Amino acid sequence: MSHLLDRLNFFQSKELERFSNGHGQVTREDRAWEDTYRNRWRHDKVVRSTHGVNCTGSCSWKIYVKSGIVTWETQQTDYPRTRPDLPNHEPRGCARGASYSWYLYSANRVKTPLVRGRLLKAWRRMRETMSPVEAWTALQEDPILRASYTKMRGKGGFVRASWDEATEITATANAYTAKKYGPDRVFGFSPIPAMSMVSYAAGSRYLSLMGGVCMSFYDWYCDLPPASPMTWGEQTDVPESADWYNAGFLLIWGSNVPQTRTPDAHFYTEARYRGTKSAVISPDYSEAAKFGDIWLNPKQGTDAALAMAMGHVILREFHLDRQAEYFENYCRQYTDMPMLVKLEEKDGSLVPGAFLRAADFTNKLGEENNPDWKTVGIDEKTGEMIAPNGSIGYRWGQQGHWNLEERKGEAETRLKMSLVLDEDHDAIEGVDFPYFGGHATPEFAADNHPEVLTRNIPVKKIKVGRKTIKVATVFDLFCANYGLDRGLGGDWVAKTYDDDVPGTPAWAEKITGVSRDKIATVGREFARNAEKTNGKSMIIIGAAMNHWYHMDMNYRGVINMLVMCGCIGQSGGGWSHYVGQEKLRPQTGWAPLAFALDWGRPPRHMNSTSAWYAHTDQWRYETLTSGEIISPIAPEGDWDINLIDYNIRAERMGWLPSAPQFKTNPLEVAKAAKAAGKEIPAYVAEQLKSGALEMSCEDPDAPENWPRNLFVWRSNLLGSSGKGHEYFLKHLLGTDNGVMSGDLADEGRALPKEAKWHDEAPEGKLDLLVCIDFRMSTTAVYSDIVLPTASWYEKNDLNTSDMHPFIHPLQAAVDPAYESKSDWEIFKSIAKKFQEVAPEILGKETDIVALPILHDTAGEIAQPDVKDWKKGECDLIPGKTAPAFVPVERDYGAIYDRFVALGPLMDKVGNGGKGIAWDTKHEVQHLRDLNGEWQEGPAKGCAKIVTDIDASEVILMLAPETNGEVAVKAWEALSKATGREHAHLALPKEDEKIRFRDIAAQPRKIISSPTWSGIESEKVCYNAGYTNVHELIPWRTLTGRQQLYQDHLWMRAFGEGFMSYRPPVDLKTITAKVRDKGDSLVLNFITPHQKWGIHSTYSDNLLMLTLNRGGPVVWISENDAKKAGIQDNDWVEAYNVNGALTARAVVSQRMKDGTVYMYHAQEKIVNTPGSEKTGLRGGIHNSVTRATLKPTHMIGGYAQQSYGFNYYGTVGSNRDEFVVVRKMQKVDWLDEPAKKEAAE
Amino acid sequence: MHNFLFGIYPYIALSVLVIGSIARYETDPFTWKTSSSQLLRRKQLILGSVLFHLGILVIFFGHFVGLMTPIQIFDALGISHSAKQLLAMGAGGIAGVLSLIGGLLLLHRRLFDSRIRKTSSFADIGILAIIVLQLILGIGTIFVSAQHLDGHEMTKFMTWTQKIVTFRAGAAEEIADVALIFKLHMFLGLTIFVLFPFTRLVHMLSAPIRYVLRPGYQIVRSRRRHPAE
Repeated sequence: MSHLLDRLNFFQSKELERFSNGHGQVTREDRAWEDTYRNRWRHDKVVRSTHGVNCTGSCSWKIYVKSGIVTWETQQTDYPRTRPDLPNHEPRGCARGASYSWYLYSANRVKTPLVRGRLLKAWRRMRETMSPVEAWTALQEDPILRASYTKMRGKGGFVRASWDEATEITATANAYTAKKYGPDRVFGFSPIPAMSMVSYAAGSRYLSLMGGVCMSFYDWYCDLPPASPMTWGEQTDVPESADWYNAGFLLIWGSNVPQTRTPDAHFYTEARYRGTKSAVISPDYSEAAKFGDIWLNPKQGTDAALAMAMGHVILREFHLDRQAEYFENYCRQYTDMPMLVKLEEKDGSLVPGAFLRAADFTNKLGEENNPDWKTVGIDEKTGEMIAPNGSIGYRWGQQGHWNLEERKGEAETRLKMSLVLDEDHDAIEGVDFPYFGGHATPEFAADNHPEVLTRNIPVKKIKVGRKTIKVATVFDLFCANYGLDRGLGGDWVAKTYDDDVPGTPAWAEKITGVSRDKIATVGREFARNAEKTNGKSMIIIGAAMNHWYHMDMNYRGVINMLVMCGCIGQSGGGWSHYVGQEKLRPQTGWAPLAFALDWGRPPRHMNSTSAWYAHTDQWRYETLTSGEIISPIAPEGDWDINLIDYNIRAERMGWLPSAPQFKTNPLEVAKAAKAAGKEIPAYVAEQLKSGALEMSCEDPDAPENWPRNLFVWRSNLLGSSGKGHEYFLKHLLGTDNGVMSGDLADEGRALPKEAKWHDEAPEGKLDLLVCIDFRMSTTAVYSDIVLPTASWYEKNDLNTSDMHPFIHPLQAAVDPAYESKSDWEIFKSIAKKFQEVAPEILGKETDIVALPILHDTAGEIAQPDVKDWKKGECDLIPGKTAPAFVPVERDYGAIYDRFVALGPLMDKVGNGGKGIAWDTKHEVQHLRDLNGEWQEGPAKGCAKIVTDIDASEVILMLAPETNGEVAVKAWEALSKATGREHAHLALPKEDEKIRFRDIAAQPRKIISSPTWSGIESEKVCYNAGYTNVHELIPWRTLTGRQQLYQDHLWMRAFGEGFMSYRPPVDLKTITAKVRDKGDSLVLNFITPHQKWGIHSTYSDNLLMLTLNRGGPVVWISENDAKKAGIQDNDWVEAYNVNGALTARAVVSQRMKDGTVYMYHAQEKIVNTPGSEKTGLRGGIHNSVTRATLKPTHMIGGYAQQSYGFNYYGTVGSNRDEFVVVRKMQKVDWLDEPAKKEAAE
Repeated sequence: MHNFLFGIYPYIALSVLVIGSIARYETDPFTWKTSSSQLLRRKQLILGSVLFHLGILVIFFGHFVGLMTPIQIFDALGISHSAKQLLAMGAGGIAGVLSLIGGLLLLHRRLFDSRIRKTSSFADIGILAIIVLQLILGIGTIFVSAQHLDGHEMTKFMTWTQKIVTFRAGAAEEIADVALIFKLHMFLGLTIFVLFPFTRLVHMLSAPIRYVLRPGYQIVRSRRRHPAE
């Protein structure tokens, strides 16, 4: 009752009894105080949710709620069990996730809709007398008024607005833009649907219904390894982390598992306890390094040389001197190694050309269907040339032979890998290979080998009519490329590892700095384990190596090692590229909802790297010329054009998507076609050919071709992924920026041939930037409208990852705080507003979508040769030599009605993905029964999708991964193509339907589906390529096999038919002009993933700031710090012509000399002073970077090298960048009060 | 004024001390603590704290015994006033200096160690400063006392104290003519009583003496309200 009175008990003995011979004592004391601690942890309820944060963790969490407030979170531990002998999945979680609840009630939370003050003032004034569309028109057509707010971006000045007002401005801007310029000028950027599928779908559904542009992310983030689509025809598919435990050898290459895969790291530890050997490759002494039996620290950016040398050792010891039986059988059946390559004459010598096809023979080897797309090998049994099953020609236009059985048709075959035996070849001839290691910037080692290396190859001659074609197997060329002597004489092949020949460990030692014996040991151990275990050697690989300009070389080097050891598709082995939470497991169920495929197809997709490169005008500052990257043995052609020109050609030939598409509004083009009485594709083709219609890509700076509206949601484009940050600020936003670079004209560089050059670059292309976030991120700070969204504990959604096989929810533990709403509700309200304001100018319209040639469609075998219609090399045939032009009906007066209903196309057309299709009538009816059915209006008879849970049910019902019945249908659909029975993989789960309430109760393991190449089973872990190897389903490549030789013209032109080492490119960003006198320290700028945040999220979280240094930091080595007089914790500045940034220095022995690490996405919103160089606040990591395109990533219409959203396309590399680092003399916090103009 | 300060103020001070402490103990028991800053920085703490506490304990009990013991007891024991005063000046002086050194160390640390400063409340700094000031005043009285070693002055304070605690009238008059420094010292002492319940000084009331006397090395607090039958 009273604390004091309760203690006034001095006359009562405290002691109750004694025990343990009097050493222990039981006392009587008041214990009421303990209740305080019990109450501290007492709560009203626990709700399951997670963090939608692209960390790949996808951990399930318990969210605790007390008195209506989220108080804290702890890790869930109820994942379904694994099986005996395999550790369970939990604990999953990390310090970052555990600190998330801080955000909900933090000062950084966006609490109400915010609008830029000047914009809102003008809007309100206009709206007094005008309709919404009139008001926006008046605002946009007054350049002074428009500039009054666009120039203020990033300088504060937000005022609160009502939801009604904020959504009205947004919807009106969209409607105006669609009418005036075209719906393809309304852009939306949101990444990684797997982290919150419904939230992603909300915005993309709205955009797709109105014809807006959904922008890609995986490629822009440079997390997409183009080597994967090249080799496997697969965006990315990887083993789950549990499978690490099954590995016998774990090679950790540039991945920092404990730091960036924290919830999964326990499997690594457990694998080590089990006895798994491990080598760690990382230039710095990373947290992962301590796990290894051995640590190799190569010079950053030289991984390809390391991989090549290891491959050299593996080939020598396991394929040539001795043939490991498992490896040989694997390579013959599952790789393109036995396929024949034509050797072409060039300047009197031979170079590897295209694959030999059935079409090259006069009788086409008896192949009627797609002989151009059937590759050829030699059958050992008969000695005949055959076009074996499985190549892409078998995939389209015929059924039943697209499989990896060792057959041709029904006849058994056995392909010959090598022609090295005397009886197998007709001649030994010298074949040229390009060598790039002879030129490098001074920071990297170059040697004096020539740029063309001629090596002897066993060659077979085929007479076709009067022509003789010389061919060699991929394997023989491959071995020569690795510099292996096979007793054929000639130069540039090595007999021992100590020979200084490109490919040997001794050669790699010079380039990487890793000793030759270590290279040989790791390569040998890797292969030896794979041989003993049938492929259980695994390489865990992080983004690091993929962020170099020549990332494909690094990745293909690693992939080659795995393939030559038969590790792909085997549990415990394989390629574990963990970069981004890209595995959207119920993808095919989600896509109809997200891209409104239920109302109109196709959606409008754009590859972001090319789009941002063009629209932020980074191309105007390009320093890299094609001459620096072209192969010395490139086939004849007009290769001397700017990188933007390559992109324009790619768009024109239907390789890459275009947005905006045409200089003319597509709605107007459709009207004109109708008026002319012509079919749309034919009309567009005719107009393009005549030049009356121009593609937007040819003139990105013309005002008609600017993106006008941009939505950014679930993303922090400007504070995190925006490579060339300062160029974004300058050209897209039109505000203060730190660009110090001169453009092509200023610098006297060659101007583009295809892109139209304007002497004056536009600034401020966007009319409206809308950011939807729960926190005031950098992007929010630069936006015109900021809408407060529900946090991850305030909405219902779905979450999956590649690291584990479960699907589990985000759930609303509490209602959205302050005035925030879930993304689903936000886009619903914008759609509703749009439906109200648009009819003033828009009704039912026909839109035209310019669709590139897509992977996994019959069209993907469109272009065996590269021909540009504009140059008159071929006719413009939509969908064949150019994009397809597809009419799509829009009903601008029913955007909302359509948004909340599952449209009729699901019934009529069905669903599908990755080249197979199935009927969905049954599932659609289930959804009507489950969600209810609209009784009237434009969506009469359609299933309702009103709430976020309704939307989740749509995804779960339609996806094979969460609906067993659909899975069986999907496998059966695939069986038709392969001629093999696959449904057994899903039949035991046919009756299983995972619903939202199921996963609310417990995470659920998904069902095996042909969308993915691994299976869910009680016997093996999920592992990529498993069904290719075990079900004999071909890889979706030209050869149908793992393709190590890339024969597209552009691949050969840029010297990447085979992998080789290519030194980092010279971006020339530290010019004499920009460099201040006395600044001597120049370092390679590397931006890995951090420890105290997940991208920019958590980096402003007080708990995480407290664990690190409370603001932006860069890491430098002790030696480098000494050179520039920098001490630990000093403020430093890093700059080059792209811009400047400020941060504190962490001086550490961990770092390799010559590099500076800035963990990426540390924003400039917390503790960031002004830069002395630019006079502006800080700069973020991307202030010193600029995106640079690579032509080989633009290839399209060529089997696996065809476009797919986030599957193929240009990627935003950023590791080749150098910066000047110096100590700051004066730390200026720019804390003076805002100027009056900015405050208004 | 003199009568208020030394006749009435003592009662106010003692009332605040008692009632305030009880109120804090009842309403906010989790603030009843020493608020040690040892976790933040050990430097200077150990030496400063030990010296300070050692001195303060001697001074505290010295004052307590010296002022509260009726004069007759000293007389009966045959301890002359002069001897007692010398003892008080000697022992008190030494303890005072120890305390002052400790207190200054602690105050310096509290003001100039940025981590300690940042985590200190106004009360934390204030009470330490006041105690240090009080120590200086206390040591200052020694020089005044040294001018009249007969113990006469000292008996005035004893009488005053005993009159106050026994609620007898005329306490203030007993010390009307003592030197100013004594008055200041006494006033500040009473003020410390007033501040006591609002500062970390309350930890004095919770000295864990029983811990020292515990019989076993493992103590289990029973959930039982009554002894087992």
